[in-house]
Amino acid sequence: MTALVIRNLSVRLRKGPPLLRRVSLDLAPGEVRGLVGESGAGKSMIGKAVLGILPPSVEITGGEILLEGTDLLRLPPADRRRRIGASCALIPQDPLTALNPSHRIGPQITDRLVDILGWTRRNADARARELLAEVQIPDPDRVMRSYPHELSGGMRQRILIASAFAAEPRLIVADEPTTALDVTVQKQILKLIAGMQARHGTAILFVTHDLGVVSKVCQRLSVLYSGMVVEDARVADFFRAPRHPYSAALLAATPKYTDPTAGLNPVPDAVIEAVRAEVAAFDREVAHG
Amino acid sequence: MADLYEVQNLRLSLADMTAKPLLGAAPRIEILKGLTFTIPKGAAVGIVGGSGSGKSTLGRALVRLLEPSGGAIRFGGTDLTHLSDAALRPLRRRFQMIFQDPLSSLNPRHRVGTIIAEPLRLHGFDGIPARVARALDQVGLPQSFAARYPHELSGGQRQRVGIARAIALEPDFILADEIVSGLDVSSQAQVLNLLERLVKDLGLTLAFISHDLSVIRRLCQHTIVLYQGTIVENRPTPDLFCEPRADYTRELLSAIPLPDPNQPWG
Amino acid sequence: MLDGRTLVRRRAGLRLWLSAGWLTLLCLAALLAPWVAPKDPLAQDLFLGRMPPFWMTGAEPGYWLGTDSLGRDVLSRLIHGARVALTVALVAGTITCIVGATLGLLAGFLRGWVDMVISRLIDIWMAFPPVLFSILLIAVLGPGLMSIIIAIVVIDWTRFARVVRAEAMAQGAMDYVASARVAGRGRISTLIREILPNVLPTIVVLLTLEMGIAVIVEAILSFVNLSISTDDPTWGGMISEGRASIHQAWWVLVAPLVTLFLTVLSFSQLGEGLKDRFDPVLR
Repeated sequence: MTALVIRNLSVRLRKGPPLLRRVSLDLAPGEVRGLVGESGAGKSMIGKAVLGILPPSVEITGGEILLEGTDLLRLPPADRRRRIGASCALIPQDPLTALNPSHRIGPQITDRLVDILGWTRRNADARARELLAEVQIPDPDRVMRSYPHELSGGMRQRILIASAFAAEPRLIVADEPTTALDVTVQKQILKLIAGMQARHGTAILFVTHDLGVVSKVCQRLSVLYSGMVVEDARVADFFRAPRHPYSAALLAATPKYTDPTAGLNPVPDAVIEAVRAEVAAFDREVAHG
Repeated sequence: MADLYEVQNLRLSLADMTAKPLLGAAPRIEILKGLTFTIPKGAAVGIVGGSGSGKSTLGRALVRLLEPSGGAIRFGGTDLTHLSDAALRPLRRRFQMIFQDPLSSLNPRHRVGTIIAEPLRLHGFDGIPARVARALDQVGLPQSFAARYPHELSGGQRQRVGIARAIALEPDFILADEIVSGLDVSSQAQVLNLLERLVKDLGLTLAFISHDLSVIRRLCQHTIVLYQGTIVENRPTPDLFCEPRADYTRELLSAIPLPDPNQPWG
Repeated sequence: MLDGRTLVRRRAGLRLWLSAGWLTLLCLAALLAPWVAPKDPLAQDLFLGRMPPFWMTGAEPGYWLGTDSLGRDVLSRLIHGARVALTVALVAGTITCIVGATLGLLAGFLRGWVDMVISRLIDIWMAFPPVLFSILLIAVLGPGLMSIIIAIVVIDWTRFARVVRAEAMAQGAMDYVASARVAGRGRISTLIREILPNVLPTIVVLLTLEMGIAVIVEAILSFVNLSISTDDPTWGGMISEGRASIHQAWWVLVAPLVTLFLTVLSFSQLGEGLKDRFDPVLR
């Protein structure tokens, strides 16, 4: 069974403009899909909609989110929350704000297992130690007793990854997990996520603005513009020959240090106008039923 | 080509308040550990390094927002190292800085026109409206933007305003500190193209601080690689990219994820 | 890391101990007033009126801080006055804190209509002039310790609600709150476990400030004779009486003023000190 299917998901600001325009995508078990686009394209909105953490100013106006066959949007809120809690996890962007500064690391990983999934304290502690070792944290016992501010950014991101995998989720949403990190640390973290993902067979929705990152960790990708999926492709095919002019232009704008003449070309105005016209046509079609 | 900046054995240390005893001075942490390099007139020099490498501290020392604790910085023959604020003031027009976060470096209560005009007024320029208009023109913004507020602009447009404010003063040198790291790839490309053109047209000298080697490759003729407060490599950009000598440079280069699934990324 | 944590902690240590020391002394004095006060605070002796404190010539042995115009011992009256001041500070401060912080947390975290109702209420509340409001309230409730406490709570809860709401809102935007929600934690559970610990340092600072404010409010109300019965000594009452004889016996005015000043200062320093010491982010 597919891990996640999103069909015609529409989201808008309450009494405002649409933010997602009938987004559809699917994710096989153990697959990593990149969600790519410029800021404001709606890529993190998709992850938030799946996890049920959209801000209160935003509402879902239509579509389905099928998590292993169950439509989350049709479940009563309490069931939906339980369902998401049991089978999904989030790797957030900013390792500085993603750990609660008032709690020690250990409880931040284990409390969720104990309070919500009903594990025993002893099992949860053992699990946390095992995972911290798996993300290559030296001296897990000491780290579990530390407060977040005592650890480096790379270390915190490892902890967040360990924490995300703790309950063996079927689906992880990774929301720009390496944007705040140095390139050398980014490489370690990406390799870590890829390794964990392969070992645990977890499906990942990988939100990023960096096509370079997509080419390293994803099997498929969706390119978004203004809340609309303009291209859905396999990574190997996309980087050989992107089909949509906008995604081709986005690829041409991505820097490439190996070739100083390639990359860093602004998206041409004509391409922007064309894709805007596409969005406008879509909106007209929706308005006329 | 004459050198605009001559930096000799530059050292800079900051007080470490975590280790300060109750009475007496705090011990100092050395951020820059003796840097020697030159920036030729009209060149674009890239300064690259990870977090904690001291690249931003170096930038702030070059424009004398920080005072070095040792060594010397000469700018166009003048020794800036320990000049007082009063002595620096007339020189300040000649070296300008563009900041990383345009939203926090542009006063949200002022219109774009005022933001660009303010430094001109401080330095006693005449014909200010015409200069503001020309600066907007040079960065490719329509004149109507003078009446807008920073929050009404996109990230790329705000960064252009930052550039316009700097070049309006007709400086000799511009320091750009991570100015494209918060932008989307397309706006990033636009801002870099703009900067490249301005450097050429106005005969500017540029120091471009970035953590992103790809961007530096595109823009800079020379690249300085910093690692923990020391220069590990300082060479013409093409040479540095084709055959990096320092281990750290190699590590940095190999860590960049190219948009290419076939890149070996071991 | 380059910051002032150690320095802050050392300074905090000193100021924490000084302020805690003064407040402990005051608490003990208040609790044990009948035993530690050298004289009866109400006993008048017109032959011993306006005696200066012990370091001045003409001081009467046993009357350490001198006497007022009715010959009552100033030190004993201060000690007994501490009972009222501290009761008001602790009880009114705590209740105000609980009411205000709870409303602020709910408004800032739940947002939506809850926030709308509470925020509007705060706006309306803050439009009343506080001194007039309190005098009006006491006039309706009648004077007495209970009325003072009620007046302080009713007027000052907005001080907590406003600040705590803003802080809860800021914390609510953090990713760890999103993570908790993804994990399936309920809203109230998230509020108590994730948000509250991070807002707590702010609440503690506000609480101690509020205790200081409560002491001042009580003094003001005593000063205008709206506090408890006029026989019992209160600091505000002493200041009011001392004002009349400032030229003949300045100590009657200055002694309660200094005590009041030290107490209010200690409360605010206690809050800052506690925050520096127990906030894990600063520690």
